[in-house]
Amino acid sequence: MKVVNNRAWLFVLPVVILVAFNALIPMMTVVNYSVQETFGNNVFFWQGLDWFIQLMRSERFHAALGRQFMFTGLILLIEVPLGVIIALSMPRKGFWVPVCLVTMALPMLIPWNVVGAMWNIFTLPDIGLLGYFLNHTLGIDYDMTQDPFAAWVTIITMDVWHWTSLVVLLSYAGLVSIPDAYYQAAKIDGASNWSVFRYIQLPKMKRVLTIAVLLRFMDSFNIYTEPFVLTGGGPGNSTTLLSIDLVKIALGQFDLGPAAAMSLIYFAITLLVSWLFYTLMTKDDAK
Amino acid sequence: MAKITLSQLRHSYDPDAIGEEDFALKMIDLDWDDGGAYALLGPSGCGKSTLLNIISGLLEPSEGRVLFDDEDVTHLPPDQRNIAQVFQFPVIYDTMSVYDNLAFPLRNRGVPAAKVDERVREIAEMLEVTDMLKVRAANLSPDNKQKISMGRGLVRDDVNVVMFDEPLTVIDPHLKWKLRSKLKELHQRVRATMIYVTHDQTEALTFADQVVVMQDGLIVQIGTPVELFERPAHTFVGHFIGSPGMNVLPAEVRDGAAFFNGTKVDLEGAISDKDGVAEIGVRPEYVGIAKTGLPATVKKVADIGRHNVVEAMLGDIRVNAIVENDPPAQGEAVHLAFKPDQTRLYRDGWIATERAAS
Repeated sequence: MKVVNNRAWLFVLPVVILVAFNALIPMMTVVNYSVQETFGNNVFFWQGLDWFIQLMRSERFHAALGRQFMFTGLILLIEVPLGVIIALSMPRKGFWVPVCLVTMALPMLIPWNVVGAMWNIFTLPDIGLLGYFLNHTLGIDYDMTQDPFAAWVTIITMDVWHWTSLVVLLSYAGLVSIPDAYYQAAKIDGASNWSVFRYIQLPKMKRVLTIAVLLRFMDSFNIYTEPFVLTGGGPGNSTTLLSIDLVKIALGQFDLGPAAAMSLIYFAITLLVSWLFYTLMTKDDAK
Repeated sequence: MAKITLSQLRHSYDPDAIGEEDFALKMIDLDWDDGGAYALLGPSGCGKSTLLNIISGLLEPSEGRVLFDDEDVTHLPPDQRNIAQVFQFPVIYDTMSVYDNLAFPLRNRGVPAAKVDERVREIAEMLEVTDMLKVRAANLSPDNKQKISMGRGLVRDDVNVVMFDEPLTVIDPHLKWKLRSKLKELHQRVRATMIYVTHDQTEALTFADQVVVMQDGLIVQIGTPVELFERPAHTFVGHFIGSPGMNVLPAEVRDGAAFFNGTKVDLEGAISDKDGVAEIGVRPEYVGIAKTGLPATVKKVADIGRHNVVEAMLGDIRVNAIVENDPPAQGEAVHLAFKPDQTRLYRDGWIATERAAS
């Protein structure tokens, strides 16, 4: 006979408490704010779904969301292929392997706000190494504090510099796990380099690439610190991404209700896109 | 189709190799006849895979030449040698269908679509995978994956040689037998030279017309399965082939005759003029329990179905004998008789008796 022992639940309890305090309770607080209005003094008025309706119609929100998708889209389009190309050209054995790996890992070890500050100083037109070089040596008009296009180029370059390594390291891990016999068989089958990539390397990297794309999507979609330190959302609102806008509403204007509603929609979009990505990229495996 | 000649081949994985022990292959001279079914047999680490990779062009030998029909291909890459190789673990292109997998080597060489289709269907028929042609290769069972790997090796009809590097390692035992006889059958149909690398004597002996036995980077004997069994040229071959392997006893040579513990042992023929440590070799199949002969004590008797394996002690030397019926009891004192025409002298491991005049 099977004895049911409910004491097992006790072992799960610490995790339940932890998750409750760091996720569920704060989240429910946000839900609570999102349906109310306050003018301070801890007095709240019931507002229903008004904030959500207002937000969905808000042009400011649409613009920030559009910028957010553009940013994430661009960095994925650059970082994923670039990461794969770098991983493919890295050595598989010998002295240079650890050198490459450590060099690749370095940018990821730098804290976000330091990266923002570094790139800010680096690109300032008068004192920054890159800014000065572009303006005064090459004669290219470049000022990320004035020109929206330059600001965009800078935040994208910064993110590519900071996070391509993640794609590189994950792809590299996928590549080195391919047994030699595959390459030998491909050679004997007369496969071209492109065929080797298309039919051996890419399929074997697919799992790690799925993870890489997901991580890069979530991280870049929620990015705050780096663009905030680098451009502060400017010039104008040109680099005000969703999270920067959210903080402006919540802390700058102290509109807790709209900010809470925006957080929830933001969260829902992140979740939905991640789910879509994952489902699409793994649907072949299930077959 | 071509005759393959290996000439004075040596290979070392260490670029600064000096001594003999640094070489994975030590001086190989060998001809593979066109259309033959060969097995390359030897224990793990004896250099079989190295030799195979040199023939396929995945490795360049440190010294020596590889000739295909007298054309020097030593420095040609694998795709220009027109060879096929099947690896130990199935190599399949996961994202392609079985059909595309089989067609891949042909399409890469620009074979017209009609011809590709014909060959793929023919090979699929032979391997009994016709009903799987549309399946994605990733979803196959391991033995079917290995069949597809073999199929890619066999699909080109113009290859010089098809090489199999222990292809049945990952296959379930009950399917091994099936695939092996399939291969044998395929060889009879396609008539390409085939080289089958294995450390399993059963696989080697069932597949091949000629078995090449290797040990420590050297070829110790080339022969038909029967020759290897009946007249091992080296004590290693005697040991490695047969179950249990050949008995090897220390010997003394005096006045052109061999003695064990002072007793003269009759051999198949005259002792050739060689030096080195002398040993007598005789297979358990040719050791009998008799009235007279070398006195021994029975240590163990194992009934393995068809016959009994008697393990007897000649002093502290163990000798196996295969006895059909009425085996002696454990602990019994017996006499062992060696069949003279199957008893040979070895010097430093190499055979040192003249073949019996027949």
